[in-house]
Amino acid sequence: MEKAFNVKQYNGFYFITCLCLFILYAPLLIVMIYSFNDSLSITRWGGMSLRWYYEVFYGLESEKFKLAAWNSLIIALMAATIATIVATAASIGMVRGGHFKGKSASFGLISLPIMVPEIVTAVATLIFFSAISFKLGVLSILVAHIVFCIPFAYLPISARLQGIEASYEEAAQDLYANRWKTFWHVLMPIMGPGIISGFLLGFIISLDDFIITNFVKGAGVETLPTAIFGAVKQGIKPNIMALSTLLLLFSVFLVTLSYFIGRKGNNLKTNK
Amino acid sequence: MAAGAGSGRTMSSTFLPVRFWLLMPSWLIIGFFLALPVLLMLVYSFLTKEFRGGVIWEPTLAAYDQFLFDRGLFGDDPPQIEWKYISIFLRSIFQATGATILCLIIGFPTAFFIATRNENTKVIWLFLVTVPYWVNLLIRTVSMKFLIRDSGPLNELLITIGAIETPLKLINTNFAVQLGLFYSYLPFMVLPIYAALERYNFTFSEAASDLYAPKWTILRQILIPIIKPGIIAGCILVFVPSLGAFLAPDLLGGAKTFMIGSLIEDQFKGNAGNWPFGAASSMILLSLVMIVLIYYARAQSKEQV
Repeated sequence: MEKAFNVKQYNGFYFITCLCLFILYAPLLIVMIYSFNDSLSITRWGGMSLRWYYEVFYGLESEKFKLAAWNSLIIALMAATIATIVATAASIGMVRGGHFKGKSASFGLISLPIMVPEIVTAVATLIFFSAISFKLGVLSILVAHIVFCIPFAYLPISARLQGIEASYEEAAQDLYANRWKTFWHVLMPIMGPGIISGFLLGFIISLDDFIITNFVKGAGVETLPTAIFGAVKQGIKPNIMALSTLLLLFSVFLVTLSYFIGRKGNNLKTNK
Repeated sequence: MAAGAGSGRTMSSTFLPVRFWLLMPSWLIIGFFLALPVLLMLVYSFLTKEFRGGVIWEPTLAAYDQFLFDRGLFGDDPPQIEWKYISIFLRSIFQATGATILCLIIGFPTAFFIATRNENTKVIWLFLVTVPYWVNLLIRTVSMKFLIRDSGPLNELLITIGAIETPLKLINTNFAVQLGLFYSYLPFMVLPIYAALERYNFTFSEAASDLYAPKWTILRQILIPIIKPGIIAGCILVFVPSLGAFLAPDLLGGAKTFMIGSLIEDQFKGNAGNWPFGAASSMILLSLVMIVLIYYARAQSKEQV
């Protein structure tokens, strides 16, 4: 019998999907296009040029932005690395630890940084640092970033570990590998894609953070987002658009990388 | 989907004896640098303010009092309800609700469309929806501001095609803030609904259509009730960060569109400089969020029974 209609097809849904993507990408594409504008005004189009990119690297404010970019990179790299190590350990403890009292409380604590609104985390951290007279600067930013990177690294790592049977470790143990060797030579290579995804997630999250950084950075210390925010407060200038485009492309590159690594991991899993 | 998941035991005797040592670093870091600070923030909300930031260690209810009551310039008039801050909170709830509804209207059909593609095109659509989420939120908000400002590309386009004659005044309105929030968190709505639709068995819809149910009735009475947990998850993922958002109201709005995030920021980084009041506002925001999350957890556990 011929069907009257397809239950997987609704009129207008395709249009709305295209609209959704259009909304998501249009503002970004427009800023990208205008970053190549060879004109002092941000409104008028004056032809294609790379002058604002030149301005970002060699202009008046370039020193400030370079320092901010350097701070951002160092903090993101260290925060993501430490958070990934801590999260990997925590994943093994949670997934391989069986049932224990307070397991859900432990999960709650690990995911606390995701549940608490960012602005509240920012306030609480600032108050805490001020109460213990911790000097605000790169180190205080780093500590705050490690905290909120942990759950973001934890999620992909523990998801990966959940899909790995315990028999691999048991086989290694039967062959007299100690616990560390079992982890290093057996479990970690299989967990690899999850660990890399977790690291990249943490790295991007740290690189992107504005609110918490803005609270705990202290005077004179800037990361890229706080430097951009400070500049935007005085009006959107073309060099900010060029800088934004660079940062945007870097993020897209990282996401694509993380995506392909994750896919490779999944393929391995299904081929097994 | 994942072939390995659930097929074997994940508990092993290898790491079981050291599980607490493995968990200890994360407990210590988050406990010491987040849980403890939140408790300290609660304490601070009951302390006396010091001018230009900081606190004096003297217990008082002044912060909460300031939030709720107006006692005149010198503090000795009979207390009246102070609507200034309550209305900021109400506006935040209104804005977050509006953004959630907008996200749902666009996000549900998008998730549905993606979930009904074949395996190969599905990943491409999904990837396209995910990428903007990973782009710096500040840059995305600035881009939105650039697009919708009075002499921006949107107004220029609309004037060129003759849709309007004078530029739309979008910036500094409640609508601009709502648009910004919607734009910021749209991917959060699509992904959980998509995940729920992935598990949905379309033979239910087929069965209903065989029994002559109209198309939209199938959607309303069969599909939506079944994937409801995913829809609720999406709504919470949009609503919660919208409620405490700072960038969208700050960059796209003005003084009239003040939201909780801006109010709190003003107490610490801005001119207000009242730490106990900022701490109290943060506690109220946190309580609101916790109520939403507990409601969600309850609804989820009921669903499983």
